Amino acid sequence: MKKILLLLCVFILSCNNDKTNAEKADARDELEMPKEVASNDYDLEVYNYDGLEPLINIKDDKLHVVNFWATWCAPCVKELPYFEAVNEYYKNDGVEVLLVSLDFPKDYESKLKTFLNKRGIKSKVVALDDTDQNRWIPAINESWSGALPATIIYKGDKRKFYEQSFTKEELETEIKGFLQQRK
Amino acid sequence: MKTFKLCAVIVFALALTAFAVKTDKSTGYTIGDIATDFSLENIDGNKVSLSDYKDARGFIVIFTCNTCPYSVAYEDRIVALDKKYASKGYPVIAIMPNDTDVKPGDNMAAMKARAKAKGFTFPYVMDEGQDIYPQYGATKTPHVYVLQKTKKGNEVKYIGAIDDNYKDVSAVTESYTEDAVDALLKGKEIKNTKTRAIGCSIKVKS
Repeated sequence: MKKILLLLCVFILSCNNDKTNAEKADARDELEMPKEVASNDYDLEVYNYDGLEPLINIKDDKLHVVNFWATWCAPCVKELPYFEAVNEYYKNDGVEVLLVSLDFPKDYESKLKTFLNKRGIKSKVVALDDTDQNRWIPAINESWSGALPATIIYKGDKRKFYEQSFTKEELETEIKGFLQQRK
Repeated sequence: MKTFKLCAVIVFALALTAFAVKTDKSTGYTIGDIATDFSLENIDGNKVSLSDYKDARGFIVIFTCNTCPYSVAYEDRIVALDKKYASKGYPVIAIMPNDTDVKPGDNMAAMKARAKAKGFTFPYVMDEGQDIYPQYGATKTPHVYVLQKTKKGNEVKYIGAIDDNYKDVSAVTESYTEDAVDALLKGKEIKNTKTRAIGCSIKVKS
């Protein structure tokens, strides 16, 4: 049963039409984001690092995937559908995705919320607004130089940090690796 | 017995360092390394090398670009760094490390336009072929390397951020790059030799 479910997941993921999004993201300059201001009812939580810290260190049975991104970061936007897919299709396997936006506060309304509404992003999104980056970047991971995108995958005490972009396959491989260890 | 224990501790510590060095993925420079020179094309069409600067006492090498909002947020401060320190022997050399097929907004024409619009007083060169930034170990824009001219070559003295507030220059409490150059000018020790800030990953062809 599990195998069938997994196959189904892979099938749905591969059907997901994220290529067009990726291409759009690539073709677009990082600064040229949608400029129109829509009515943004997205309820965005904004934290400093101390506020974010408990959200990226949850001790429960779930597998947590935390992705640091921004709407102006083309490779982040490109890989976002893969995280969305993980959030949707691995929900029953106890996987939870948290998208931490590093958009500038002045862009929350005009860019970030518009983007989230337009794309219909379903994973939980919070914004990190903390200028003391020299403190919190090494606190998140000692090896992080500060480049975006970056991702943490953790469950209980097992934790991995990635300063890289993922392909859909790479991300799934990592998730499956974590999930298999549970058995 | 005591000496043996001490020896064991030392051997263990050495082993740890060796291990740390070996597993360190980022191959770039660390403090004290000698930075490579280069010959890269500037926005005026000429090639620029560190060795061209006979009178310089060092350099503020900044990997930056047009298209990264963090780089853009720092443009005026990069201009200010050059204005303040070029005359003191530490000119800014800005290097654009991105692949321009991936980021057409960083091509030579766009670099020229941006430099003109912002009144860049320093070279803005392109790491065409992307050979230089990996040697430095730059991973993002902006990414600063302060070098000091020594007998051995251009020694890396500071790596990291420009300051501690990308959002608001008036709220800056630590001007890391300025502090580093000031310390070098005074012959003092640099307080923070390595700092970190968020930036845009350097773009390469996938």
